[in-house]
Amino acid sequence: MAQLSLKNIGKSFDGTDVIRDVSLDVADGELVCLLGPSGSGKSTILRMVGGFETPDRGSILIDGQDVTLILPEKRPTGMVFQSHALWSHMSVADNVAFGLKLRRMPRREIQAKVADALGLVGLKDYGTRRVWQLSGGQQQRVAIARALVLEPKILLLDEPFASLDQHLREHLREELRDIQRRLGITTLFVTHGQDEALALADRIVVLQQGDLEQVASPDRMYRAPETRFVAGFIGSMNFLACDMRHGRADHPLFPVEAPVADGPVELAIRPEALTVAPARAPQAKVHRTTDYGSHLLVDIDLADGTRVKAMCPPSARFAAGDGVTLTADRVTLFRGQKKLAEVSPRPARELSHA
Amino acid sequence: MTTADLTLAARQEPTVPTRKTKRIDWLGLAITLALGIVVVVPLVVVAIWAFAEVWRYPSILPQEFGLRFWEATLSRPDVWQAMSLSIRLSLTVTLLSAVICLPAAYAFARLDFPGRNLLFLSFLASHAFPKFGLLVAIASIFLNLGLVSTFWGVVLIQLVGTLMMMIWIPVAAFQNVDRAMEEAARDAGAGPLRVFWSVSLPQAAPTIGAAVLLSFVGTFYETEGAWLIGAPEIRTMPVLMITFINNQIVVQYGAVLSVLLWVPSFFALMFSRRLVGSSSFAKGFGV
Repeated sequence: MAQLSLKNIGKSFDGTDVIRDVSLDVADGELVCLLGPSGSGKSTILRMVGGFETPDRGSILIDGQDVTLILPEKRPTGMVFQSHALWSHMSVADNVAFGLKLRRMPRREIQAKVADALGLVGLKDYGTRRVWQLSGGQQQRVAIARALVLEPKILLLDEPFASLDQHLREHLREELRDIQRRLGITTLFVTHGQDEALALADRIVVLQQGDLEQVASPDRMYRAPETRFVAGFIGSMNFLACDMRHGRADHPLFPVEAPVADGPVELAIRPEALTVAPARAPQAKVHRTTDYGSHLLVDIDLADGTRVKAMCPPSARFAAGDGVTLTADRVTLFRGQKKLAEVSPRPARELSHA
Repeated sequence: MTTADLTLAARQEPTVPTRKTKRIDWLGLAITLALGIVVVVPLVVVAIWAFAEVWRYPSILPQEFGLRFWEATLSRPDVWQAMSLSIRLSLTVTLLSAVICLPAAYAFARLDFPGRNLLFLSFLASHAFPKFGLLVAIASIFLNLGLVSTFWGVVLIQLVGTLMMMIWIPVAAFQNVDRAMEEAARDAGAGPLRVFWSVSLPQAAPTIGAAVLLSFVGTFYETEGAWLIGAPEIRTMPVLMITFINNQIVVQYGAVLSVLLWVPSFFALMFSRRLVGSSSFAKGFGV
């Protein structure tokens, strides 16, 4: 059971900073997701923890012990790769047993551990199979078993489910979550899928261009984004540009009041925070509706030409060209990247979440 | 296993295209036939000569078949000596070449060191210039070193000939090994040497096997170096065949030896068909 600390680590490739200055503490048994667009440095951080890259600055500590310069084969970390990276010239059991054999464990013990590990990922009777005889999801499970069987202090996963289809991805995600909980293993998980991060993580770390953008629980990451980037990156978000004058936004539809200095701002409103109602004197027009079964997503053109998305209950009936009015439950104000204020223009109603 | 996974497994089954074009590719067939004639006919002629006792001009087949020249050839002790020498030479050269070249190929494929590209191209050099001139120059050096007409002198000269194939093909093979596989082995606790031995080498094995076989066969048939450096003491099969052809007008001696020489390539071909799928062979050349 282990605790991981990154202290002011930085890394440059060919003179450009890939990681600027990242500090992060992962508690014992915690599952932290590194989330960011491609090129944000999330994989580089993971590879530095695994020992495959060396940071130029700062240090990495596992249980208080500095491992920054320790080679990957000596590190108490276990990694699962995106491409599963199973050794195709070995059987499934040999893949899992490889690390144990290197530790010169007695044969009986190895067999028992391999069986346990394969059982853990639901592949009990697959030991004698060849790697290429397995489906994509099974291969990734073997890779997870291979990493877990060595009982690493830190489990590292580098977009392990990225190459699988949506259905299987969700399924494996839940399984991984269960295994991680059961073993209580400290885990770092890299993904570019926000749904994956929201579903899995105890805490999410959003990265952008080598910097930590925000570190928060999935719940707070979604409901209280600290920067405009996070607000736009996690979930979908409507941004409306306007000006603040004397503590009031000059947007015709959302004249929210907030104690904010005068100047340009952006109003950030989640689709589910918008309520759409048919109107005699329309402020906006329905452009299109998309039925997702659980909810209806309505694209609405405002008078000034901006288009917003609103989430409506599936029972709602709107047709393209309908005139509507909009009200917002909850509005966040950003100026540049900075969050200025969060306001609820009217008493928040209970949201029925999809 | 869960149902979700089962359905996926079913879905991921490779779909074999069952529809095939019925139309015969006449041009392809013509090219195959033309190539076949050019390759096969000389071989057939040589094979017939080996069993012919009398074969005069206008007739298509020999007048008399017989094994007289086989008996004559096989009863000569120098043929058996040459055969055993050729096999020992080829094995030694191939083994040495593998020991030297495979680690070097791995270094070329995975490491970045100053002068890497220049050094890599330098292996072409031995094939880029007229070989005979190079051999004469080397022979004069070997003369001073006392290597001429010795087993190890011939080994050295033939080693040079295998270098390119044993570097270039394995480099491509190692480059094709997924880096993540090697990293996963490091992660599991293997040091760099162990990774090479347990992961990189087995992964590249089919292609490397092809390179080794090609080197073996190439060395077995190598004539110029063996003749220039080895004469007069070291006489390999091809060298012996040349002497036979030069000294005697009788075609059959040469033909019998030639058919004997097919034996190693026949085995090599059989072996390589089992060991090497054509796909991994193509991969080795980076196709």
